[in-house]
Amino acid sequence: MSKNIIVDMQGVGKKYARVSSASAGYSTIRDSWKSWIKSPFSSNSNSRDEFWALSDINLKVAEGDVLGVIGRNGAGKSTLLKLISRISPPTKGRIIVNGRVASLLEVGTGFHMELSGRENIYLNGAILGMNKREISKKLDEIIDFSGVDTFIDTPVKHYSSGMFVRLAFAVAAHLEQELLLIDEVLAVGDTSFQQRCIGKIQNISREQGRTVLFVSHNNAAVANLCNRGVVLADGGVVYDGGAHEALSFYNKSLATHNLTVSGNVDRPHIVSVMLDESALMKGSLRVLVKFASPRELDPILVGVVVHTLFGAPIFGFNTVMDQNFTPEPLREGQAILEVEAPPLHTGSYKMSVWFGEKNENFDVQHDVLSFDFIGRQPLPPGVSLEIAGPIAVNGRWSVKN
Amino acid sequence: MKFSESQRIVIEPGRRLTGIWKEVWQYRELGLALGLRDLRVRYKDTFLGAAWAILQPLANMLIFSLILGRLGKLPSEGIPYPVFVYCGLLPWFLFSNSVTSSSQSIVSATHLIKKVYFPRLLIPISSLGVNVLDFIVSAGLVVVLMLVYKIAPSWAVLLTPILALGVLMLALGIGLILASMSVTFKDFRFIIPFILQIWMFATPVVYSSSLIPEKWRLLVYLNPMAGYADGFRYALLNGRFPGVELLVAMAMTIGVLLFGLKSFSAVERNLADEL
Repeated sequence: MSKNIIVDMQGVGKKYARVSSASAGYSTIRDSWKSWIKSPFSSNSNSRDEFWALSDINLKVAEGDVLGVIGRNGAGKSTLLKLISRISPPTKGRIIVNGRVASLLEVGTGFHMELSGRENIYLNGAILGMNKREISKKLDEIIDFSGVDTFIDTPVKHYSSGMFVRLAFAVAAHLEQELLLIDEVLAVGDTSFQQRCIGKIQNISREQGRTVLFVSHNNAAVANLCNRGVVLADGGVVYDGGAHEALSFYNKSLATHNLTVSGNVDRPHIVSVMLDESALMKGSLRVLVKFASPRELDPILVGVVVHTLFGAPIFGFNTVMDQNFTPEPLREGQAILEVEAPPLHTGSYKMSVWFGEKNENFDVQHDVLSFDFIGRQPLPPGVSLEIAGPIAVNGRWSVKN
Repeated sequence: MKFSESQRIVIEPGRRLTGIWKEVWQYRELGLALGLRDLRVRYKDTFLGAAWAILQPLANMLIFSLILGRLGKLPSEGIPYPVFVYCGLLPWFLFSNSVTSSSQSIVSATHLIKKVYFPRLLIPISSLGVNVLDFIVSAGLVVVLMLVYKIAPSWAVLLTPILALGVLMLALGIGLILASMSVTFKDFRFIIPFILQIWMFATPVVYSSSLIPEKWRLLVYLNPMAGYADGFRYALLNGRFPGVELLVAMAMTIGVLLFGLKSFSAVERNLADEL
């Protein structure tokens, strides 16, 4: 007997109009009035820059599937969840959803700082689609799971950020909908909290047999949780299969050495990221990050993080960490990071790049490049990166009797 | 089959044409929770919450009594001017506060709209809860004023809830129109206070409608709030019965509300993308 189909997407597409200040899509009366005076008879339809965030998606999700959605920034992952959850309507095609949907696009949606923990449980529960009876029934369980029981009648503005996140996730973890849509929820909280979240999601999917769609840049979480993986690229499904296979397909598909990014040009953004191949051959890293901004940035903030293929960070280095780095105010330019002979084993890695100003990030490009690193000493045969880990150390053995 | 037909959702492009009220009913608990949230935040401290509700009409009553009642010696249909003006301010503030909160509710709920699905109509509707409670609290002061000025109520006082409902529906209709417009025109919300200010002085709130010259009478009929203001004074203070004026106001209320719902349903589905 075939399983019930929970989500059936048939030729679904989503078009967005990218509105830039240069080609004004009407945002204020003043703007529209001005452009009407300039050209009273032309229509404004061509001033909008349109693009398909998703195109022709055909996807069936069966009951009990735990589907990991993988892809680079802007591949359409979040749009996919927004369409299935009805937050945003599709431009083309049809989606049939059987059952109740809970969308956890962030932790603690609608929490109000002035209200107590208990009041927020009811409010957040209602927002996530539970009724009052369901919440009352599970109230003790939720409070217990959150571990904030002594503060439950205190306004959440007095909570620490850890308590806040724990309470918010506790509500989400007790939802009863048939389909859970989870977007980057695990990006917050400390490691032990993330472990607990993963455990809870595992429990929800395996023991309760519910269906989960999971978007994350944390590849290890995807590998742990999911029994199926879908890779999105440029708004289309490029791979659909097992979670591990999908991850390795994705890692192989990452650009090597050079990538041009198409970001929002109204904000400070990364233009391209390049890896110096000749430096790489010599066992060093040289990363060139081109950036541009509509205004001067003082000072720029650029950071590079190197990850294993499973997404675990190995090291990160940003402009603040280099005390000798004192840039002039800049609108555009190229930031170059040189790391001479990083202590890495031979193997494949990937990197993410951050860009911003002072302490604020404006553009984050996850998994922007993948690269093969050649370490100083090769690993002995039979020893892989998974066993030895990515860090190469110089040790000395001796033996005494 | 495990899932009933009611749990089956078909999502397609284009604007929704039917089923919105059914869905609002399905999500009524969320609407209640959102309204309750606003009430809780406002009335967290019961005494202060109530004080704020009374402060607005009370302060206005004192100012207008001093300027127009004392100094201007404005006639007020034989009723003491402070009571007269308070009974006009009562429906007016219900109206103007409801227009303000419902028209701005969508933009202030941007975050929620982008993260979860629910019928968006719940937001402007639930934003009215606070205004209703404020109205009830400030209506309590009328009882005090009537005792002070020794005015006995008549049976017409029973009309008050119906009139208040009319004012609320009119405000919701206008709020929905303004909310839909402020999605496209982001600076629209700056104009709303001006519109309301002018509208207040065009309405017989602080003066009697009998002061309006005969050739401007039409203005009173075209302004539904004039009918409601006179209606409130009739119901609470045995003032002049506004008959035709009130019927016209109620008919216009229905028209405005329908138009508001129509313009809101045109933008409703795309809110997450447009905001």
